[in-house]
Amino acid sequence: MASTVGEIDNTLDIPGQRAPLVLGGHDFTSVTDTVSAVWEARRPPRAWYIAFAIAVTLLAVLGAMIGYLVFNGVGVWGLNIPNGWGFDITNFVFWVGIGHAGTLISAILFLFRQKWRTGINRFAEAMTIFAVMCAGMFPAIHVGRIWLLYWVFPIPNQMAMWPNFRSPLLWDVFAVSTYMLVSLLFWYTGMIPDLATFRDRATSKWKYYVYGLLALGWTGSSRHWHRFERAYLILAALATPLVLSVHSVVSFDFAVSQLPGWHTTIFPPYFVAGAIFGGFAMVLTLAIPARSLFGLKALITPRHIDNMCKVLLLTGLMVAYAYGMEFFTSWYSGNPHESFISRARALGPYAWAYWTMIACNVVIPQLLWFRRVRTNAWGAFAVAMAVNVGMWFERFVIIVTSLSQDFLPSSWGIFIPTWVDLLTLAGSFGLFFTLFLLFCRYLPLVAMAEVKTVMPQATLTHAATPHPHEHVPSKRAFDYNPDEYEAHKRKKP
Amino acid sequence: MNTKEPKVEGRLQALLAEFDSVGALVTAAERVRDAGYTRWDTHSPFPVHGIDQAMGVRRTRLPWLVFIFGLIGCATGLLLQWWTNATGALDFGWLPTFLQGYDFLISGKPRFSLPANIPVIFEVTVLFAALATFLGMLAMNSLPWHHNRLFGSARFKRVTADRFFVCIDAADPKFDAQGTAQLLAALGPTHVEPLADLPSPARWPHGLVVAGMVIASLALLPPLFAAKARLSKSPLPRIQPIQDMGNQERYKTQQANFAFADTRAMRPQVPGTIARGDPLDDPHFYEGKVDGQWVKTFPPQVQVTQSSVRRGQQRFNIYCSPCHGLGGAGDGIVSARALRLDTPGWVQPTALVGDLVRDRENGNIFNTITHGLRTMPPYGDQIPPADRWAIIAYIRALQLSQSVQRADVPRDQWPEER
Repeated sequence: MASTVGEIDNTLDIPGQRAPLVLGGHDFTSVTDTVSAVWEARRPPRAWYIAFAIAVTLLAVLGAMIGYLVFNGVGVWGLNIPNGWGFDITNFVFWVGIGHAGTLISAILFLFRQKWRTGINRFAEAMTIFAVMCAGMFPAIHVGRIWLLYWVFPIPNQMAMWPNFRSPLLWDVFAVSTYMLVSLLFWYTGMIPDLATFRDRATSKWKYYVYGLLALGWTGSSRHWHRFERAYLILAALATPLVLSVHSVVSFDFAVSQLPGWHTTIFPPYFVAGAIFGGFAMVLTLAIPARSLFGLKALITPRHIDNMCKVLLLTGLMVAYAYGMEFFTSWYSGNPHESFISRARALGPYAWAYWTMIACNVVIPQLLWFRRVRTNAWGAFAVAMAVNVGMWFERFVIIVTSLSQDFLPSSWGIFIPTWVDLLTLAGSFGLFFTLFLLFCRYLPLVAMAEVKTVMPQATLTHAATPHPHEHVPSKRAFDYNPDEYEAHKRKKP
Repeated sequence: MNTKEPKVEGRLQALLAEFDSVGALVTAAERVRDAGYTRWDTHSPFPVHGIDQAMGVRRTRLPWLVFIFGLIGCATGLLLQWWTNATGALDFGWLPTFLQGYDFLISGKPRFSLPANIPVIFEVTVLFAALATFLGMLAMNSLPWHHNRLFGSARFKRVTADRFFVCIDAADPKFDAQGTAQLLAALGPTHVEPLADLPSPARWPHGLVVAGMVIASLALLPPLFAAKARLSKSPLPRIQPIQDMGNQERYKTQQANFAFADTRAMRPQVPGTIARGDPLDDPHFYEGKVDGQWVKTFPPQVQVTQSSVRRGQQRFNIYCSPCHGLGGAGDGIVSARALRLDTPGWVQPTALVGDLVRDRENGNIFNTITHGLRTMPPYGDQIPPADRWAIIAYIRALQLSQSVQRADVPRDQWPEER
């Protein structure tokens, strides 16, 4: 019976039957072995080395660019009045948005009891941490004198100065740093049982002690699990409003100002939807290669990809609605500056960026209406890549079009990125992928303990005769058989 | 299965039974609970649903802790913003300066407005609550704990993979080595083993201990240096890792600069330079006075010619005519509008062509242009002295034009008669 589960298509919704989330006839032992194999392998796959070499090279480029920036000042970027923000803040919003899908998968889907999250939540959360690190870097370096960055925190200092708490930029400091810390806690809390697995499988004394330290002496005690589950639920309940607040506060950086194209109340929900959209695209970008590279296809199944594609389609439609609504509000407001900037976005000097955004974020994701695209790993990957590009351009269009053409035509100016801008953007991908590849190699890539809870062997039913009080594992989930499902039969030729 | 009294090196601490399925574990937990044991636990690779009831575990009080710390975070966020941005009216002079709050006035906004303070209050609340959740969970579980008798069992390593365990502590009042072992054996375990004190606590690897101590000592250095810098005084200039605006590439006062013939970086003053506020050396030209009296003449360096009068006309039309009118009759457009609007307190500008100004000394008029008079503002900052004298020459020309006789004008300058 178990062997058939390895071959079935688990993307169908069969009424009354629950689709299996772990394929390949796995049991607890083989799940542990499969996930640990990534870490236990003497050498990672060749593709890992190639990717790591590229990522570390880009990371070195990032280091060089930041050094060059610190010694020469922000003039090395293409910033000049009126374009006081350019690639720096575009990249910040892009990366912080990517981080949000990790929290969405781990926290919001947890609260909604979406069990399919267990296969992907660990590396989605890792993606959050690394993306927020990339994001936090940009505001830090864009201040110019980075060694005075402590001025943004309310630290008693020799100047007897406090920060201005009525500025959205300071709200941003609090929102992003809280988000970073809470995401880290959430990620680490969930990882403690899996770190204990690594500790117990350690083959060398060093590994035993390092992972032993990280696992904090976890013994899998049920009394501990009880508090652990409570704590995890509370963290999820805290992270959910937090993630919504963080991107709302990021949008306040724009919406609270009075620049046409920024000063609009739709920004918070529009930014949050865009963040989830862009973040899910990045999860797909990471999940699709990782599952084949590390042999995790049985744990990150076609159903996981299919579900993520559906979220991508939904949030893509929300973003498309917001694009349309921007035109409506600018027309309905009767404000000539607002309607000018809306026209300028679509038809002005940055029309190429605007239409790239529309093509990548609105047109291409419509392919996800087709089941064949959603269940094809390459199809989903291609759409996700388009969305990654499109979401970067969305932030670029919002920031640069509004700044470059403000109220007075005499002060207009076109933003042209310098080579430092471009290499810093490329370098931020180097930072992200270096951390991500190290994570794949040295930490549990899939939440083993959580995956086990959604396997049929973890579910209890009462045994029939002769011992009605004894508990036996359920086999209900194995009832799922798409070949017997009429609707599915008809589709097949 | 051996159900006799278990043999163990050292004192018997606990009995550990291994199971291979969730069902067997939950069934066993119910039996142990029903047998009245209190100091025992079950261990599993993942949270088993239904095990809490099977073991009789009470609901944790962790959410209350989180709630309390959330409230503390909320109050902290609120007080932090109020203290740092809105407490100028309070006297906390006894506090060190760097801890005192003040009124942070910006853009005319209220010092304390709740809507603007809510985002930070919210974030601090979440931060405190999340830290309380994590640290509270660990503390209630007595973690981290580096050493545990369970780690002495080789079989127990599978608790994080695929095996389930029941562990009954020898300190339990109902514990009886033989009876408890029999109870466990009856539950259908795959194995039962006794646990003793570990012969010696597991030792940390030497390298890890040394590395940890070195890192801990090095981590103490930066705060020590910071504290030393904060508490001591030094005659040396501060260290600037980044040569910012504090040390620019420029010449200092007494340095040599070979770009100049005299090699002095500090350039001598332009001839005639005087310090601000010092008396000027030509009171006739700059103040319109000679020996403290208003002069009636023009200073020697001012030549009244046709071109200087034209210059005066141009300046007059720019600076004076808006109020005094193009003809100097005191009927400029500013005055006309003020009279039309019945502006209270409006004084009509003086008619420059009237007897009052006609009889006034040149020096006195110069002084009025420079410093203003009654509602007229001073123009000394906007009009250079030579131009002020040119304006006076033009005013004199205007006065003449009001009482001119035909004979006063040369025949060839007469306008064409129509």
